[in-house]
Amino acid sequence: MSTTAVGLEEAVVEAAAHLYVWALKDIPRDLRDALAAACERETSVAGIRVLETIRRNVVIADEQENLVCQDTGIAVYYCRVGERFPLHPAGIYRALKAGTEQATVGHPLRSNTVHALTRENTGANVGYRVPIVHWDFVPDWDGLDVKCVPKGSGSENMSFLKMLVPADGVNGIKRFVLESIVGAGGKPCPPGIVGVGIGGSADYAMHLAKEAIARPVGTRNPDPLVARLENELYGLLNETGIGPMGLGGDVTVLQCHIEHADTHMTLNPVAVNYQCWAARRASAHISADGAVELDREF
Amino acid sequence: MATHELTFPISDPGEILKLHAGDEVIVQGHVIGIRDRTQIRIFDHGVEPPIDLSGAFLLHTAPNVRKLGPGRYEKLCIGTTTSARMVRFTEGLGERYGVRAICGKGGFPDEAIEPMHRLGMVYMAIVGGAAALETTQIEEIEHVAWEDLMPECLWTFRVNDFGPLTVGIDAHGNSLYHDVQERANTKLEELYARFQ
Repeated sequence: MSTTAVGLEEAVVEAAAHLYVWALKDIPRDLRDALAAACERETSVAGIRVLETIRRNVVIADEQENLVCQDTGIAVYYCRVGERFPLHPAGIYRALKAGTEQATVGHPLRSNTVHALTRENTGANVGYRVPIVHWDFVPDWDGLDVKCVPKGSGSENMSFLKMLVPADGVNGIKRFVLESIVGAGGKPCPPGIVGVGIGGSADYAMHLAKEAIARPVGTRNPDPLVARLENELYGLLNETGIGPMGLGGDVTVLQCHIEHADTHMTLNPVAVNYQCWAARRASAHISADGAVELDREF
Repeated sequence: MATHELTFPISDPGEILKLHAGDEVIVQGHVIGIRDRTQIRIFDHGVEPPIDLSGAFLLHTAPNVRKLGPGRYEKLCIGTTTSARMVRFTEGLGERYGVRAICGKGGFPDEAIEPMHRLGMVYMAIVGGAAALETTQIEEIEHVAWEDLMPECLWTFRVNDFGPLTVGIDAHGNSLYHDVQERANTKLEELYARFQ
């Protein structure tokens, strides 16, 4: 490994450690705005009580530099790697893992990662195949974008997949999203972001749903047909009356985001991944010379 | 909808009967932190809890803490987890140990309504994820048992103005969660009809 690659790996370690803690403590502007708007819109007594408490909590987290939510989640990262970025993805993965561990031990943060069968804690929020990293590769570029999305279990447990048939059509997709969110009730800490993945294969649909929840709140899919469905589902979901924390009310979701992929002619997969109101995310751009620029809005 | 202030553990079960689904509650006194593995040990492995739970207020939590010394911990961030996973312990907690209130987030399914009614217990909803606030309301970690289950130990917290909580299921057979689900299911039929 060249000296540059060593320095670059260290820069990614530091960036990951910073992003993990930053995401947990300081929620993004667009989310704060969405929560403020929700508070204005809500009319149920219990719903207003919940939303006002949420906003008070966000202010206290700022003032005391504490975590917004105690669930430090499972560490998920999204990487966009330029084809000329000097550090190989194997090195990037090693650095993200080391950064997660550094943040967990240094803060300290609660460690949630356990072996899938023995349930023994593996320590420091890392383990076999954890953190979970998603990759995109960008031609003709020498940079790296890293987005950290610590995913809480309350919302992740409310993930749903259905292999609809083509004859179920778009109406089948709408029904499945609606019944999933009504069934989830107060468990995923509503009002949050409903991520919907449509098309691809079974695994890819869920991957897309997860990608959708990691977008800035209220952004729209560039495909106008999909954006229209986002608007429609957002309206329908807020008519269900589930309300903040499932106690009944007008605001059930802050947004509905959809990502889609082309699929097989006989497939119609739809996946729902929920993100709680504390929709934590933080990003950094790392250039080829190791300079790190923090940026939340990607 | 009324607002109540209650100090736990309570000795008069009548205090619980004053609460109705939808009411707001602020809690003082002591709160017992408990979670999946803690209750699996009590009920599935048959290990008696080393502390008295009569009249207790239980909180579904696994806190972020820093160890100060043997059995001594400093709070870092304490929040509340999803209750539904632990609903099957409700009857045992009330019947065998005299627990009066269970607090968590997201609610209990309908199977909790009957035992809570029969045994004079309530489910109180906290705002999930609002851990920064909750941490300021927990004054001290007074005691911890079963440290080998860290962080899913049996915690005793002293609290001040803990809340606001909402009575989700009362001791009179009412559940906000049941009512909200029932209305939502009716609404779903109406929404489906709109695009079908």
